[in-house]
Amino acid sequence: MPINPKDIEWVEEPSMNFWESTYLPAVFDGLRTTGQHVADFHPVTEFYPEQKPDLPSHYRGVHRLNRDDKGRVKCVACMMCATACPAHCIDIVAQDAPKDDPHWADRDKFPKSFVIDELKCIYCGMCEEACPVDSIELTNIFDLTGMSRQEMMFDKEKLLSVFDQTKDSAHNPVRTHKGKLGHASDFTNLHTLGPATTVRADDRSAKANSAGVIE
Amino acid sequence: MPTVIVNNKPVEIGPSEKLNCIQAAERAGDTIPSYCWHHDLSVVASCRMCLVEVGEKKPDGTIAMQPKLSPGCQTPVKDGTVIVSNSEKVLAAQKATLEYLLLNHPLDCPVCDQAGECGLQDYSYKYGRGYSRLQEPKNIKPDKDYIGDQITLFTDRCIMCTRCVRFTREISGTAEMQVISRGSHEEIDIFPGEPCNNKLAGNVVDLCPVGALCSKDFLYQQRVWWLKSKNSVCPGCSTGCSITVDQNEDVLYRLKPRENPQAQGSFMCDEGRFGWKYAQSDRRLTSPEQRSGGKTISRDWDVVLSTLGTTLADLSDQKSGTFVVAISPWATVEEAYLLAKFAKEVNPNARLALGPVRTVGEDDLYPKDIHGQPSLPTKFTIRAEKCPNRRGVESILNHFQGEIIPFSSVLYDIESGSIETLFVLGGDPEGWISDADAAKLDKLKLLIVQDLLGSAASSKAHFVLPGAAWAEKDGTFVNHNGLAQAIHRGLRGPEGSRPDGRILFELSGRRGLFHAASLRKEIGSQIPELAALSVGDLGEFGVSLSSAAKTEPQPVG
Repeated sequence: MPINPKDIEWVEEPSMNFWESTYLPAVFDGLRTTGQHVADFHPVTEFYPEQKPDLPSHYRGVHRLNRDDKGRVKCVACMMCATACPAHCIDIVAQDAPKDDPHWADRDKFPKSFVIDELKCIYCGMCEEACPVDSIELTNIFDLTGMSRQEMMFDKEKLLSVFDQTKDSAHNPVRTHKGKLGHASDFTNLHTLGPATTVRADDRSAKANSAGVIE
Repeated sequence: MPTVIVNNKPVEIGPSEKLNCIQAAERAGDTIPSYCWHHDLSVVASCRMCLVEVGEKKPDGTIAMQPKLSPGCQTPVKDGTVIVSNSEKVLAAQKATLEYLLLNHPLDCPVCDQAGECGLQDYSYKYGRGYSRLQEPKNIKPDKDYIGDQITLFTDRCIMCTRCVRFTREISGTAEMQVISRGSHEEIDIFPGEPCNNKLAGNVVDLCPVGALCSKDFLYQQRVWWLKSKNSVCPGCSTGCSITVDQNEDVLYRLKPRENPQAQGSFMCDEGRFGWKYAQSDRRLTSPEQRSGGKTISRDWDVVLSTLGTTLADLSDQKSGTFVVAISPWATVEEAYLLAKFAKEVNPNARLALGPVRTVGEDDLYPKDIHGQPSLPTKFTIRAEKCPNRRGVESILNHFQGEIIPFSSVLYDIESGSIETLFVLGGDPEGWISDADAAKLDKLKLLIVQDLLGSAASSKAHFVLPGAAWAEKDGTFVNHNGLAQAIHRGLRGPEGSRPDGRILFELSGRRGLFHAASLRKEIGSQIPELAALSVGDLGEFGVSLSSAAKTEPQPVG
């Protein structure tokens, strides 16, 4: 469709005066900027890898699988992370917890295998958001290398070893529940439903200090 | 016509219909939530989820409402009944009921297998308060791992709707399950030493509105929101139960019954529910093969199919009776039609026979009484004829051959040497030939086997065509009662196998792609016995081949 001539506005180039037409003011302006950089002794260049960047603790790097206070994998294999994952890089095979083993007495389900394809992952952190037991967390390890694709498929043992490696680092604190299980897997000490919907102001529960937490 | 008023909407019901408030509201397009009520089970009105306001419109036009709420499942409707299910009083009752049900229900949805298809989850979002005021510890009861070979019970998740108890008492009649203790100590349990292992036991898992009763077979295999469902028909026996096939990424995980009053009602048996594992076994044929003198000549579909086509075309001058095609009752109507038509085109003297029809024992009728004898009225039947489509295949054979030739007479003729070429369309996972009978096949000059699983016959066949399991193909099954139901391709089979319809479509040199609905139209227009198929799309519930067909005794409502 041709442009309507009414929509066209013609703009004239502003005319230069004598000094501007010599181009000398523009040249000196450019030299001033160069001079400022020469005199600046605070370079922004980082000497990576000799000098590692100081990353904030919310940086989203390699995943880890947290352990609970008994040293078991905290994950309950609910597969919420795999559901939330936009890159479909999480593959979980669930298993029922051994019934006769007192070590697993309070658990119903745990991951038999838990594999994250770190090459497919886009490090968006949705898995961390989705996890109901705060098991999967993103650390600030970012320099990830491997000699083969297989090496970049992180399985349960490797993800747990990332936890062991990073749990004491100041940059990678275990963010919630400090080693305790979360709502879903905590069968002996159950939390009641949180406020998913709004509560009327005159409701007795609205005046309670905590949202029906059993402690 | 009696008129019921549901939330100010008048709804007409049939003059002799016996409906309760829940069913009447459904007619009006409104939903009254319920847990314990199921239309095939007796009414106990124990969950209190369906409380509604009930009243009556008097002949003078005035409306008198009952002062207290009534359970909708237990209140029959008649002309002039007024039901209110959306008043503030009703909503408050629903909220209170859900709060009560959630008092002791553990919120372990992330590890619960029912999450995603859970009645408690759905209603909590829709009718609940979304917030618990409980400040006390929950009453947690120990799980019972062994309710039956296939059933496990997470006791703490149970809401005591007693659907499972009523099912075992009323539908299976075996009455293994009961409620033990009273009050807040109430638990579902089995009688000591009487596990719930009857042939309908799997249904209690489907009936459970929460994640208390779980199927051990499916436990922790998948999250249900990943499953993709297709409507299909159970091939386990000639009852032809309507089911859904639930798969994810071409792996079949479970079968669930789909309600179809014309076929079986609301349930299915465990033989069908857990009997599909052969479809994913390593005994599946996964590559076409052409053999000569015991050596493999080709494993390529294009080569095998075109060689087979020319080989069969060369038989056209053979004398009568030397070329036999046996069509198993596991084939769909479309496959039987394609193969029968192709055989008669290639060689008008070809004989069409019915493959072996496997029957096991007697029809198994439920409910059973205390001595294990069936008692009337019959609410579910597991049929002795363990194939899905004998009637459909017989209709095709009647049209093309004019008679039904049993497979035993084919075997007899092979032994006597009067048959030179045999084409078998198999599909029965239990096998269709014994080793002794397979030895007789050595006398044949040409043996073509199209089958699902490897067998003694497929290992000596000159042409092997790997077909698809019923869940992997489109087609039609006709059940014992003449109900034609469509099956749908829910998942892809192993690489190398092909849906049987496609194989036969290409073999018969037709143009285009195999499309079950168009073929059904063609079959319906050509075969008067199957004229009902000419609608093409058989819908969700199937089409009866004859309007005079007897209907299955229905489960009581």
